[in-house]
Amino acid sequence: MSAQAVRRGLLALLAKEPMYGARLRSEFEQATGGTWPLNVGQVYTTLNRLERDGLVVGGGGADDEGRILYAITEAGHAEVDHWWSSPIDHASDPRDELAIKIALAVTLPGVNATGLLQAQRRSTLSHLQGLNRLKRRASSEGDQAWQLVLDRLLFAAEAEVRWVDHVDALLSVHPLPAARKESR
Amino acid sequence: MSDVVLEIAHVTHVHGTGAAEVRALAGVSLTVHAGELVAVMGPSGSGKSSLLALAGGLDVPTSGDVVIEGRSLARASARERAAMRRRHVGYVFQDLNLVPSLTAAENVALPLELDGVRTRDARAQAVAALEGVGIEGLADRFPDDMSGGQQQRVAIARALVGPRRILLADEPTGALDTATGDVVLGVLRSRIDDGAAGVLVTHEPRHAAWADRVVFLRDGMIVDESGDVVEPVFTDQVLAAELAGGDDA
Ligand SMILES: Nc1ncnc2c1ncn2[C@@H]1O[C@H](COP(=O)(O)OP(=O)(O)OP(=O)(O)O)[C@@H](O)[C@H]1O
Ligand SMILES: [Mg+2]
Repeated sequence: MSAQAVRRGLLALLAKEPMYGARLRSEFEQATGGTWPLNVGQVYTTLNRLERDGLVVGGGGADDEGRILYAITEAGHAEVDHWWSSPIDHASDPRDELAIKIALAVTLPGVNATGLLQAQRRSTLSHLQGLNRLKRRASSEGDQAWQLVLDRLLFAAEAEVRWVDHVDALLSVHPLPAARKESR
Repeated sequence: MSDVVLEIAHVTHVHGTGAAEVRALAGVSLTVHAGELVAVMGPSGSGKSSLLALAGGLDVPTSGDVVIEGRSLARASARERAAMRRRHVGYVFQDLNLVPSLTAAENVALPLELDGVRTRDARAQAVAALEGVGIEGLADRFPDDMSGGQQQRVAIARALVGPRRILLADEPTGALDTATGDVVLGVLRSRIDDGAAGVLVTHEPRHAAWADRVVFLRDGMIVDESGDVVEPVFTDQVLAAELAGGDDA
């Protein structure tokens, strides 16, 4: 998971009340249904960075048991409020391997883009089918939190298939042979 | 899984004649067993509705055959075909085909009554089917007084009611939001799990995911088929990476 997501998640938890690192870690894992386990080191690295950036303060040294209580600052609150009020921008992520792969496939000569797209569609659909099975089981077991996580994954996989279909349709309207390269 | 309920064998289907001739299907074969749901996907005009119409005996192939519950449709008379269709096939049309002069419950009860179920029993089953798709409160409304999504659910209830073992649905979730779509497909899926065989035409990948198999049509031919379904096994790390959506996991 992204360091950014951990950072914002921990900060949002601290907006509720000051906490020790260990408690913060367990609250974070609980809030995310145990699906995003954190190690202690990760928590403390993140807290150190947050402190460096003035978003939290570690309350005046360790207590008898060697624990430090962390509290959010004004600036930290502002950051959390901003996080809640703005959507997460996936579109700007340049490191989407599939996007790069397909972009290359349709540009480079000699790559079977249609075959690649079909293979991707088949694979992502199988993944969707598997997710659907897990969701049916979660539903019959009444596990709502897990169902919501699975829905998130289902929508993401569906978006991938739709995008593959879209690229495929574009390619069938405008085939991209080496001709385009020559005209440049 | 040897209980073949529906067999489509090498069908070719040509609409129209002469200059207006369109070959909608070109040698398609598909076998569906009891307990199996097959999704059909493919671009617009690839032949999905044409294939479903042949599977349900609404139309006859130009060549090839369709066998439902062990009986050949090609060799049946028009009248026998109609009887087989009524007895064995539940069909959700892409354009719904509800009877406007009948209420929701009457629309759903209609195929049961045609099969000789008594009116009161048919009504009770119809209301239960409407309940299954979440609109029991609309049993006595006429189609024109319902939203598109509500009408769609009436059409689905009508197809799923009764003991018919071949369930064919052409874009049954087009007018539904995703949560309602899931409810409706859950109802279809449980009929399949109870031993029916189904074919679901859909553009929606997440709806196709309810199927055991997905076939892809293009230009009237099956060009690909999804492999075996493997349930994803998530280690915490994999799951975290998936949820992070490629950030920097
Ligand atoms: N009654 C008809 N007369 C003539 N041509 C037809 C008829 N029905 C369908 N076709 C043609 O047959 C081909 C396949 O049509 P079909 O309706 O099966 O496609 P489809 O995959 O269901 O498309 P969509 O996703 O748009 O519903 C198309 O080229 C269509 O124009
Ligand atoms: Mg169609």
